Amino acid sequence: MIPELGHFAVILALGVALLQAIVPLLGWRRRDARLLSFAGSAAQGQFLCVAAAYASLTYCFVTKDFSVAYVAENDHSQLPLIYRITAVWGAHEGSLLLWVLILSGWTLAVSVFNRRLPLDMSALVLSVLGMVSTGFYLFILLTSSPFTRLVPAPAEGHDLNPILQDPGLAIHPPMLYMGYVGFSVAFAFAIAALITGRLDAAWARWTRPWTTTAWMFLTMGITLGSWWAYKELGWGGWWFWDPVENASFMPWLAGTALIHSLAVTEKRGLLKSWTVLLAILAFSLSLLGTFLVRSGVLVSVHAFASDPSRGMFILAFMAVVVGGALTLYAWRAPKLVTTGELKLFSREGLLLFNNVFLVAACAAVLLGTLYPLALDAMHLGKISVGPPYFNAVFLPMITPLFLLVGLAAVVPWKRGDWRETVRRLRWPAVIAVILGVLLPFALHGRTTLLAATGALLGTWAIFAAAQDVWRRMRAKLEWRAGLRAVPRAVWGMTLAHIGLGIWALGVSGVISFGDEKDVRLARGAETELGGYSFRFQEAGEQSGPNYTAQQGTVLVEHGGRVVATLHPQKRLYPSQGTVLTESSIDAGLMRDLYVSLGEGYDDGSWSLRVYYKPMIRMIWLGGIFMFFGGLLAASDKRYRLARAAERRAIEIAEGAVA
Amino acid sequence: MRYAIPLVVLVALIGLFIFGLQSDPRLVPSPLIGKAAPAFDLPTLDGQPQRMSQADLQGAPVLVNFFASWCAGCQEEHPYLMQLSRNSQVKLVGIDYKDAEADLRPWLTRKGNPYGQILTDLEGRAGIDWGVYGVPETFVLDAKGTILYKQVGPMTPEVWEHEIQPLLKATS
Repeated sequence: MIPELGHFAVILALGVALLQAIVPLLGWRRRDARLLSFAGSAAQGQFLCVAAAYASLTYCFVTKDFSVAYVAENDHSQLPLIYRITAVWGAHEGSLLLWVLILSGWTLAVSVFNRRLPLDMSALVLSVLGMVSTGFYLFILLTSSPFTRLVPAPAEGHDLNPILQDPGLAIHPPMLYMGYVGFSVAFAFAIAALITGRLDAAWARWTRPWTTTAWMFLTMGITLGSWWAYKELGWGGWWFWDPVENASFMPWLAGTALIHSLAVTEKRGLLKSWTVLLAILAFSLSLLGTFLVRSGVLVSVHAFASDPSRGMFILAFMAVVVGGALTLYAWRAPKLVTTGELKLFSREGLLLFNNVFLVAACAAVLLGTLYPLALDAMHLGKISVGPPYFNAVFLPMITPLFLLVGLAAVVPWKRGDWRETVRRLRWPAVIAVILGVLLPFALHGRTTLLAATGALLGTWAIFAAAQDVWRRMRAKLEWRAGLRAVPRAVWGMTLAHIGLGIWALGVSGVISFGDEKDVRLARGAETELGGYSFRFQEAGEQSGPNYTAQQGTVLVEHGGRVVATLHPQKRLYPSQGTVLTESSIDAGLMRDLYVSLGEGYDDGSWSLRVYYKPMIRMIWLGGIFMFFGGLLAASDKRYRLARAAERRAIEIAEGAVA
Repeated sequence: MRYAIPLVVLVALIGLFIFGLQSDPRLVPSPLIGKAAPAFDLPTLDGQPQRMSQADLQGAPVLVNFFASWCAGCQEEHPYLMQLSRNSQVKLVGIDYKDAEADLRPWLTRKGNPYGQILTDLEGRAGIDWGVYGVPETFVLDAKGTILYKQVGPMTPEVWEHEIQPLLKATS
């Protein structure tokens, strides 16, 4: 009964979404305020329907209702409760339901927060979101219903893919989807602007907090994904340039460019059509990501999620949504051209460079991701594009971004002043050069070109960003008053740029000084790595709630002192017959010690993989800084104040007309 | 006009994806095709003879099937392998991949044994040499021990009739 209700709720949601898409458009054509204001109610009704559908699927998982095919595939009587709840999005059908739940949540938020916007704008935005939702409901109902029954019901479920039974993965997809789906709001704003032809500073100001919020979730989603891959896949890597990782990284790059170009559009009224195009691109790349993951067009470590038969639907959907948007763009954008003056040495000029590099990097990633497919299409053979390509192309492209980032807070709008710029940035520059040379020696006792470059660029980004807050703090007589006077938007930018610097320190550190070793150790034997000695104590049996494990004990000593005891495991999940390595990590800000268990031998020795990973935590710490930077920037009070003021102005204007 | 460029790019990409959807990315041609079967020396399950090597596969065409009792795809192809072993002339050698004898024997008893000979590759070393990245995978060898064909995933009647039988006919 419950799953049927869930299925029915999705059908209902489809109906509401269709109305939400069509009625406001009619209202806009007929200038009918009642039809326009229907959009908000529809958005709220739609959310209730999806929430009900999602709750009923969760109920089936928690109560282990194996008569539902999707539950039987991904649940197991022995699965701990928390993973029974997260298993809802453990495979295709449930992921989609989570996707529409989040999309409808964003729509609900738009309907609530946009009350202060002009009615026609807010209604058109909701209408576009309704169209996107309609497509996804159709996708669920036509190809991927999670509520289909299985007759006869099996006695036991097939279990959640063990690789997904991890807290990191439990929150990784929802965060990622929050980001992917969040760009749909910027997309909807862009389409509404193209329809109405109203693309001004106010439009950019409405779009900015939504974009920043989506971006911040995507940042967190990618960061969590990287952390999860590092600790769960047992290869010690944090980024693999895997097609599915790229699929999440491309919208991030486009979204980052969008955040910056929106600033130009808001403050200077420039780059309008470019900003609209980026808003369309960011969401299109999110859809592309979904398509790549769900269709199985590309092979990847995420292949567990793929199914070619559904690819056609997403492709058709993508063609309609993106094709429609770009057609509208080709038709309407030429009318949006503004003839403002743009000096290259000014904040808007530097932001334009920022956009060029970000979009070029995004294009490079897209090219590398799709190149194997393109070659195959031209019958030129099967190849795969790996990290060497991406590192060779991507790193040089983002290096200039680091130089730009330092200038961000210093160069003013309209016209920059070289002398003032040099005056304010000389200390950060001096510190960066000194630390670039010294930091690798201080931390690792030696240096490489990459390590020095990374330390230089990283500290440059950090100190140049910090000097802005420092200067603002010093501007008041009392430093606390100075700090309080710093707007949240400035804090946000500063934190995000510091995060970027921390990230660069981490990446260059771990690439330059990381070390690894494959060894076969007998009981009591030890091996050296990165100045640490790893002693293999013993291996024994362990059992968990739904697995049995071989567990090794490794003592790590440094300078004659035991610094860590690690317990890497090799787990067997009998329900799926899957063997997983569960690596054991001693984490620290400056270094990780990482051991994963290989094969056991008859003589009691084991093969072990041992990693020394200096500074790797900085990579994710950088992501966390960016996340909080986004949070602060999106919650800046000027968005709220400005909206109230605009609303009043519009009411007065409407009153004058009437 | 330049505002239409994104649309043109999109159309090209969609064309590419339509092609992509129609081809299976897992069909990577094995580099071993046309080459001699990789060397191995594995214990047999029944102990007669104690061990076998690639030289023992020569003399007649043979299907080498990597399988395991824990693998779902192997259960799927198992009935068809049984049928093949009853009806066809070709010899079937199973290599039990990363499995335990204690699991394998009851599996065979329950489902039947289609193999003329079973070798055990408990640690998956031979699997690495043969480029196996998942079970089941089936290699077709001619009488000289040269690999003619590799089937990734379960063996099906279609593959047998349209791919493997013509190859075997051509060599004999």
